[in-house]
Amino acid sequence: MVSQLTAPAKSDVTPQQPPRTRRRVAPSVGRPGVVWAVPGLVFFALFAIVPMLGVAYLSLTDWNGLGSPQFIGLDNWRRFADDPQIVQAVVLTLVLLAGNVAVQLPVSVLLGVWAAGHQRNRAVLSAIFFLPLLLSTAATAIMWRQLLDPNFGVPAQLAGVFGGDGNFVGTSRGAMIALVVVTSWQFVPFHSLLFQGAARAIPHTLYQAAMIDGAGRVRSFFSITLPQLKNTLVTSGTLMVVGGLTAFDVVLVLTNGGPGTDTTILPFRMYREAFQTYDYGYGSAIALLLLVVATVVSLLLTRLSGYDKMQSTQEGV
Amino acid sequence: MRTRPNYAAGALTALWLLVISVPLSAVVVTAFKPQAGYIEDGPLSLPSALTLDNVVTVLSGDFPRYVANTLLVTLMTVAVVVALAVPVGYAVVRGQTWLTSGVFRLFLLGLAIPSQAVVIPLFLLINRLGLYDSLWAVALPTAAFALPVSVLVLSGAMRDISNELYEAMALDGAGPSRVLMTLVVPLSKSGIATIGVFAALQAWNGFLFPLIFTQSTSSKLVTTGLYDYVAQYGANVPALMAAVMLSAVPILLVYLFARRALVAGLMGVGGK
Repeated sequence: MVSQLTAPAKSDVTPQQPPRTRRRVAPSVGRPGVVWAVPGLVFFALFAIVPMLGVAYLSLTDWNGLGSPQFIGLDNWRRFADDPQIVQAVVLTLVLLAGNVAVQLPVSVLLGVWAAGHQRNRAVLSAIFFLPLLLSTAATAIMWRQLLDPNFGVPAQLAGVFGGDGNFVGTSRGAMIALVVVTSWQFVPFHSLLFQGAARAIPHTLYQAAMIDGAGRVRSFFSITLPQLKNTLVTSGTLMVVGGLTAFDVVLVLTNGGPGTDTTILPFRMYREAFQTYDYGYGSAIALLLLVVATVVSLLLTRLSGYDKMQSTQEGV
Repeated sequence: MRTRPNYAAGALTALWLLVISVPLSAVVVTAFKPQAGYIEDGPLSLPSALTLDNVVTVLSGDFPRYVANTLLVTLMTVAVVVALAVPVGYAVVRGQTWLTSGVFRLFLLGLAIPSQAVVIPLFLLINRLGLYDSLWAVALPTAAFALPVSVLVLSGAMRDISNELYEAMALDGAGPSRVLMTLVVPLSKSGIATIGVFAALQAWNGFLFPLIFTQSTSSKLVTTGLYDYVAQYGANVPALMAAVMLSAVPILLVYLFARRALVAGLMGVGGK
């Protein structure tokens, strides 16, 4: 997908060359004008872009939801300086993000490539591996919340293995690990499905050529499979990053931001300020901070992955 | 010669099978356990007796209503996304002016907007539009945030349609709307199926929007309903697990009857 997106998008910008030979049909005949994009554009602007400007304005106001917002300049932003939990929230957001990508990406690549094989047992097991996708994030988080419950969950019963009193989610490191495990449990099936599809599209001749050259399984994986999966790695990685930055439901259900504020990531803090404390102004400032973090991360990702100059992996095959 | 068994892969997948199946089977088994005795025995014990009480408890409450609401929201979201993304994709791929490529760039940028970041002004907007506590309050923003990925996927699919076909239709004097209906839509069916599946999953999984934009039982969805049950059922874990299990039944049915379409649709998000 990605390769097809970017390559022709570039040619869109270059002006149309006048045809040298006379064509029977003018190039603009039957072409849709930009009006065709207007309904979708207006809708998207109304629910995503205008609110983005709105959040920037609200971050400069004091508003408790009643009456009209009072303009207070940069006061909300100055509050960041006296709020050590904001820095903590940014760090926690990035740690959770890194943990999620570090666990999900390798596991989904391995599972996806494995599931791409056409053996019968792989088809059957893949159908089972797909099952977490049937549960919503809320359902998944509730399931794990009960399984990890400090009083009657699994760690309490197997205290010998887990150590401590079984209150696994009650420790700050345990809570973070739990968030990564639960998120990965739910989303690895989706990403491995993407890799399964991509791995099946790798031309078989590449593997045959590698075999003739005497490459083993491991060598083939690193020299053929991984490079061929590059576009999907970027797509999947991007979706993981976006999902990781915005993990909200899992935090609310599983840890409620705790213990203390040790899993209070930015979106959760924003929710607290706006919809539980009714401090919409400060909540908006946090929301804008989240937007900035998301933009910086996705710009870095674009640079690092070369998303903007990506090519088809099948050139020359 | 090359079919040496892959022991490493076997061991890893066996491990993963445990990771997937132990929690899921604990949910199903617990859902049929009697409430009495659960706290002593814990989630992994085998049931001493089986009961349908928990399922009955859940189904006799508001749960069926939550399911119906969620199905409605899912349908609304998919309808809005498909109706809006198809013309945008068509204009972006075939328009070929600086304006249409600008539209494409804008949707690319839109990918990076987390819905959480704009939920406060959205809350205001929903209130102003008089939609608060209605199903549209959830469906419309969900659809808007599914649009960027949908436009990307669709324009990818539409670029695969060969230029000769367009030229042939232009020769016949077909206008854009006829080209769209008779050529573009039929030939990008798989792309449309993909965005349908994607939008449906977004709606089905949505949590933040229903949590903030709805309130009453009559407009509650499965996800937020489940979250309420955590407090409502308290120590009645078997009932809670029954609710978790039942919440997966609608998608399970889709999976059983349309597995191929569902899997192909999801794979489409990653491109070819």
